[in-house]
Amino acid sequence: MPQSNTAVPKPIPKQRFLREMKQNGFLYLLTLPGILFFFVFSYVPMGGLVIAFQDYSMRYGIFGSRFNGVDNFKFLFQTGDIWRVTGNTLFLNILFILFTTLMSVFLAVLFSEVRSRGFKRITQSISILPNFVSWTVIALFLDAFIDPTTGMLAKWLARMGYPVDFYANAAVWPTLLVFLRIWQGAGYGAIVYIATIVGIDPQIYEAADIDGATRLQKIFRITIPILKPTIILMTLFGVGRIFYGDFGMIYALVGDNSLLFKTTDVIDTYVYRMMRMLRNYGMSAATGMFQSVLGFLFIMVVNWLARKLEPDSALF
Amino acid sequence: MVYPLSELTQNPQRRRRGDAVLDTAVHTLILVFCVLCLIPFIVAVSASFSSERTLLREGYSLLPVAFTTAAYDMLFSTRQIVDSYKVSLFVTVFGTVLSMVVTAMMAYPLSVKKLRYRGAISFFAYFTMLFNGGLVPTYMLISKYLGMRDTLWCMIIPVLVNPWNLFLLRNFFSAIPGELHESARIDGANDVRILWQIILPVSLPALATVSLFYAVAYWNQWFNAMLYIEDASKFPLQYLIMKMLRNIELLKQMSSQAGFAVDMSALPTTTTKMATAMVTIGPIIIAYPFAQKYFTSGLIVGSVKG
Repeated sequence: MPQSNTAVPKPIPKQRFLREMKQNGFLYLLTLPGILFFFVFSYVPMGGLVIAFQDYSMRYGIFGSRFNGVDNFKFLFQTGDIWRVTGNTLFLNILFILFTTLMSVFLAVLFSEVRSRGFKRITQSISILPNFVSWTVIALFLDAFIDPTTGMLAKWLARMGYPVDFYANAAVWPTLLVFLRIWQGAGYGAIVYIATIVGIDPQIYEAADIDGATRLQKIFRITIPILKPTIILMTLFGVGRIFYGDFGMIYALVGDNSLLFKTTDVIDTYVYRMMRMLRNYGMSAATGMFQSVLGFLFIMVVNWLARKLEPDSALF
Repeated sequence: MVYPLSELTQNPQRRRRGDAVLDTAVHTLILVFCVLCLIPFIVAVSASFSSERTLLREGYSLLPVAFTTAAYDMLFSTRQIVDSYKVSLFVTVFGTVLSMVVTAMMAYPLSVKKLRYRGAISFFAYFTMLFNGGLVPTYMLISKYLGMRDTLWCMIIPVLVNPWNLFLLRNFFSAIPGELHESARIDGANDVRILWQIILPVSLPALATVSLFYAVAYWNQWFNAMLYIEDASKFPLQYLIMKMLRNIELLKQMSSQAGFAVDMSALPTTTTKMATAMVTIGPIIIAYPFAQKYFTSGLIVGSVKG
């Protein structure tokens, strides 16, 4: 099409679109595989949420299964399972966010107080290493500590007079999971705070020196207040995903050990079991939808609050 | 003698003593954390070199009990570990390359400010982080409608682009000074040449960082294998471990592959599991000292929201 309309002051959208394609067609072409990917693997499954309103059968598929209205949701709320798994998800995530943030900030402050570069580099490398180990391997490692007869921690506790059967005692798992989370992620989580501390203007510390501040005072009056926006932002990242359980972690560590479900069963593991063990696709999809919708509303509220209270910390 | 001004404002002796205490505390705490980080690795290595019988009797310890390489001998004489290693390697290498190509292709245009619809496309990708269809529709799509069951593709294609990595890379590209594009454009370079000869070469550290994130994710992946793979010759290493965690049957099968006439009670199940864990984290431990600086720099840029 000849470009004869360029003199028209306000081109209609279609012409504007064509001109943009002509000018930057190559760049748009580059984005196509990515767009296709997101369309197929993210947007198409959103459409697949109709399964939540079906009595889905593998044989008839999504187009042939019978619709049953909101029966799946009704049943879901009747069993009460949903409250237990949602409660566990929230509780565990709150613990994870709280303790890993605290530990990461603590580690970052410690690292920033080390002057020897060699010591800092080596110890920091070691503290980040567990982040690159998968939860399946961590589950094997854990066995060496909590196995009732051979585990080092279990044996030690028994010798101290507090025998704990970890694989049968659900009450100890939230604590155990928090420790594993810290072990796996605190060093890595510290990186972002270390970067913020490195970026602090040294003149602020020099001014504090002149005023006679001790190092502890500098930590509590300068470093930590300056870290505040970063802490809030990182916490919001975590809080935004508070309805999503860490399937990779929980399933690798707990698996199908129903003795531990009371404290460890989260929405994601519940959805998985409902699908793979019980083959109840409709209910499983309904649970997933409940999670997605709740998660979406929640992140919108969190972001709106962040924008109001601390605009720098808003997620988007 | 000239003291720095700060030294004069306070009793220097008291100050130095306080510093020494703080320094000791800081170093001690860091060392304790690092030791705690390393102990599980050490215990696992030791267990993998221990005799099964002694380990079961005496329990795990920091040093191998009754040193033996029996677990590794048993592991490497099976077909399973070789198959799984090949699968993991293929998925990691091929997946990382493919992911990088598609991610970089999408990230670059999203960093070009003149692009009219880049906001809309960014939102298209960003929204997938806020809302998703969940497990069941995805499972049906992949297994029933795309027919990826029992193919290696099911471990690559459905996780091809990670939106987090996409925006990380876009932020890297956006940070490249605009003058670089402009001068090239004035010299008559088109978009293809600008991308190929200017943007990509200056972005090598960023590309390395994102590649490493993808590579680790592919190497550590087992969820899709658990959902879609039933053929044991297509199990990646991580899923093999997952299977070992859950059932002893697999280990029995493997030992029969190995051609040992094994007495089941003497089957080195525990030590073999640990040996598999070692073999699985081996590449990460080896690559780690070289790759670590990229991981660090990557997270820092990634934390800058965009």
